[in-house]
Amino acid sequence: MVDGVLATIIKSFVLVNVLMAFFAFMTWVERKLIGRFQVRYGPNRVGPFGLLQPIADLGKMLQKENMVPEGARVKLYMVAPLIAMTCAIGAFGLMPFGGVATIPYFDYQFHLYIADTSVSLLVVAAIGSLGFYGLMIGGWASGSKYALLGGMRAIAQLVSYEVAFTLAVIGVIIQAGSLSFVAISDAQMPLWFIVPQFLGFLVFFVAAVAESNRPPFDLVEADGEVVAGYHTEYGGMRYAMFAAAEFINAITLSALGAVLFLGGPNGPFLPGPLWMLIKIGAFLFVLIWIRATLPRVRFDQLMKIGWKVLLPVATLNLLLTAVAVVYL
Amino acid sequence: MFDQVKGFSTTFRHLFQKPITQQYPEYKRPVYPRFRGRHQLHRHDNGLEKCVGCSLCAAACPSDCIRVVPAENTPDNRVSAGERYARIYEINMARCIFCGYCELACPFDAITLGNDFELSEISREALVYTKSMLLEKPALRTPSQAVDPYDVPAQEMERVLGMYDITTATNPEGAE
Repeated sequence: MVDGVLATIIKSFVLVNVLMAFFAFMTWVERKLIGRFQVRYGPNRVGPFGLLQPIADLGKMLQKENMVPEGARVKLYMVAPLIAMTCAIGAFGLMPFGGVATIPYFDYQFHLYIADTSVSLLVVAAIGSLGFYGLMIGGWASGSKYALLGGMRAIAQLVSYEVAFTLAVIGVIIQAGSLSFVAISDAQMPLWFIVPQFLGFLVFFVAAVAESNRPPFDLVEADGEVVAGYHTEYGGMRYAMFAAAEFINAITLSALGAVLFLGGPNGPFLPGPLWMLIKIGAFLFVLIWIRATLPRVRFDQLMKIGWKVLLPVATLNLLLTAVAVVYL
Repeated sequence: MFDQVKGFSTTFRHLFQKPITQQYPEYKRPVYPRFRGRHQLHRHDNGLEKCVGCSLCAAACPSDCIRVVPAENTPDNRVSAGERYARIYEINMARCIFCGYCELACPFDAITLGNDFELSEISREALVYTKSMLLEKPALRTPSQAVDPYDVPAQEMERVLGMYDITTATNPEGAE
């Protein structure tokens, strides 16, 4: 609470709504881009350029029947999408969008982030990992073998990439000497960490793609190969919440990548929030580009990449960084 | 590694290509000359119906979707050229499989299958086509007037049609 309780509540409200709007817009951007990558138009019927497609989808999802499968643990079944959604949005609260801003005429100063703690990175990792419970509980509470197996598959993937992910990030922490996002983005004022931490960035990026369940690591759902995974038994708005949580996770990881490796909100000429938006957008574009290009990996390949490639590379990166920081 | 870069550059280049999608309700692709769509009941040049209500089409129909009730022509009510005419002629489009057997079975070429393919309705009842509906001329969708650069089948069709000059042969009445 940097700004007092009321200001924080207002800022959180604004952030959540802006984030949801950005998410809705990005689903349109993704579908449009994927369409153009495949030499077709993508959504173009609802509104100008199909811009109202997310709203039409929302309307459709809201009209769906509120269905609970037989044999489900009803309360957990209801709560699981909420867990996933809350954790996805919650992690965004620590992202810095700049330093201090002033409202003109009122001389009221406030920070462009909701909270900056000395352990921001740990908090984000913790909240992100908490989100896995949503998937696992959702899969288990559905009372279906497919959903249970899908949940297990999701957890196995996420846990094994969380290790490499965290190890890759530790390099940044060592170099910045802090876990606070503001301190980390300020530490890369002359040179973005993507240059000295290039190895770490590669590992971070691959692990982030895997953690946000996006292609080519989307075998948690693998639409068209295995049943939809942990959200097999979900429909309507609950399913939409799982899908939203997943996409917002991708946005969060993009923001994290922007803060850790691309200098966060710092940049010349433009204000901080805009720089963050540009950097997040760049990450998301690459994610969509990857989705349009690469085929899905097999599960054993996924595990092999995670444990036999990313983990050693991340460890090597950590060692090199430690040596460099100590001796240079 | 180089292959991966090549793959990414390929998809990136596609990003700037013009989409090849044919926007359906605005652009309706021409169909092949022998396309089998909605049926048409034909008339003689003097306005009398060709159908004589013999029900051979109904007998040939594998999905049993044609219903014919014949009646005798009288001097003051002459509908067809023959002795009898079809008082009721109905085709249930919900059941029809557009096989064209009715066309083959008809001894008077009274029924042919046209080019219409937009037959969706809100209710099942609306899909039962009556005789007056079937006597309407179906929309002509063959051949393509302007050659679409992305429409390979249509280009192929143009080529074939040019070789054999069969345009009028497939649409004896419809082609004007």
